[in-house]
Amino acid sequence: MTIDKNAPGWNRPPVMEADGDAELLEVAMGPHHPSTHGVFRMDVALDGERVVKLKPVFGYLHRNHEKIGEGISYLASMPYTDRLDYFCSLTNNWAYALTVEKLMGLQVPERAEYIRVILAELTRIQNHASSIGFLMQEMGASGTPLMYAFREREKIVDLFEDLTGSRMMCNYMRFGGCRVDLTEAHLKRAREIVAHLPNFVDEYEALLTGNEILMARCQGVGIIKPELAINAGLSGPMLRCSGVNYDVRKVDRYGIYDRFNFRVPLGDHGDIYDRYMVRILEMRESVRILEQALHDIIPGPVQDPKTKSRGLRPKAGEVYGRIEAPKGELGFYLISDGSANPYRYRVRPPSLINLTILEDMCLGQNVADVVLIFGSVDIVLGEVDR
Amino acid sequence: MMTTEEIKTAIEAAVPGAVVEIVLNPSPCAQHSLRLDHAHALAVAKFLRDDPSLQFDYLSNVTGVDWLDREGAEKVKVKKLVDGVEQEAEETIKHKVSGYLETVYHLFSTVQRTGPLVLRMKTINRSDQVNMPSVVPIWRSAEFQEREIFDLYGIKFTGHPDLRRLLMWDEFEDHPMRRDYVEPDDFEYEPTAHDAVLARANAHNAAAEKGAA
Repeated sequence: MTIDKNAPGWNRPPVMEADGDAELLEVAMGPHHPSTHGVFRMDVALDGERVVKLKPVFGYLHRNHEKIGEGISYLASMPYTDRLDYFCSLTNNWAYALTVEKLMGLQVPERAEYIRVILAELTRIQNHASSIGFLMQEMGASGTPLMYAFREREKIVDLFEDLTGSRMMCNYMRFGGCRVDLTEAHLKRAREIVAHLPNFVDEYEALLTGNEILMARCQGVGIIKPELAINAGLSGPMLRCSGVNYDVRKVDRYGIYDRFNFRVPLGDHGDIYDRYMVRILEMRESVRILEQALHDIIPGPVQDPKTKSRGLRPKAGEVYGRIEAPKGELGFYLISDGSANPYRYRVRPPSLINLTILEDMCLGQNVADVVLIFGSVDIVLGEVDR
Repeated sequence: MMTTEEIKTAIEAAVPGAVVEIVLNPSPCAQHSLRLDHAHALAVAKFLRDDPSLQFDYLSNVTGVDWLDREGAEKVKVKKLVDGVEQEAEETIKHKVSGYLETVYHLFSTVQRTGPLVLRMKTINRSDQVNMPSVVPIWRSAEFQEREIFDLYGIKFTGHPDLRRLLMWDEFEDHPMRRDYVEPDDFEYEPTAHDAVLARANAHNAAAEKGAA
């Protein structure tokens, strides 16, 4: 079967030829380019300023996470999931814990579910704020927006440090619950942070949303059509910016997300500006979820003491579990053969799959826009290369 | 959502000749899967994507699994002559079960919000017949994931538009995610221009010594 170029996945802009006698200029952007957020390379062919070809090159940070996961026990992979998307270690923990719970049919106590929601939404807020900050940095808004975001992020990661012992590598969740309980003091701090967050988002928006340079650089650039977004398996803000209403929190209603009242922000045009707006609005919705969760949280155990985490041997079988991580749909696929190590341990990395259509978005754009389009995907190389 | 059996029946009705086999999953999550045959895989995939009652338009996850050659044991009842009397005895017959590589697909529907539907396909063996049809013409999201499987498992996807290694470097020869992969001792060693430079230097020195003598 040949590829139908009119099919939803393949309606990419035509590859352009150089005008007249002009020669194409081949540029390797990366692996050590300041905008690549790590070690990542794009082999770009330019006709003047215009991109006519872009091939991403992966693997500079590859350490075969999945192979290592097959060689160690189920519990031993938990701290290693922190290193996937190191900005959002708590959502990585949750996705992995949720998958193993599905594999074994474990129940999670209600208080632990509340704690998971609180931590995941705080993670989402700090991720979105920082990713917008990085995007602005790449646009030339040197420092200010990023520092605004990091000022807020500091408060959140300080809370994580107080609770879990680490700011970024939290290693907090366990199969069937959480490692330690949240104290009243933590809750008080979380409430203070959440009470201030709407002010922060207002301030952030006052600085950015109506900014003329931001609008000129972002509107109409890097457009994704909804059919292509679905067909290419995009997820998270990348999918919703094109207007596709698909949020795993609403679809799967995993954990206790069915108890909270929140909306799913959607974009209209699928350009960089919509991705920016979707992230801003998602932060506001996360604040709403946090307010409800911090109000409703109930006392109780955080893990059934009978749950055996060490030497865990799930019965033979397989499972695919997924959550809505800040970057998109983070999934784990596990096959158990009844032994102490998983037979197959697979991570579905949203950052990698969101890059599938990077070339489609960049063709025909200026080279300076490549930096912005790439920044608006919001990736972390620890997860892309695994 | 339709059950796996119903989807199997629907596929067999829509794609004549398709061989679909249900693979049961004993885990509490009960995500059973459908194993497709290579010849009809693309037609089945197109049907699953386009059929208005299914609409599995979102291929979330594609991954490979390696199943090694193993020894299967079967208990058979045989009749034996013991001291001239015929008796029934149990005997274990060992036979070789040849291994294979497998791909697993997790499908969702963004319209009907159903899923996951799990599909799988397997290769004939692990060595020379490792071809499999690519689903990239149906779901673009398989593009990088199939490249990753090609890289790490060595499954060759026919019909993939750009089948290159994704994570390992192009000159790398083995497939690290295979269960019997052994990491080489000289992992970091790569022949470089250094050897050629040394050879040239030696030749130069030898000639210089000859000239001096």
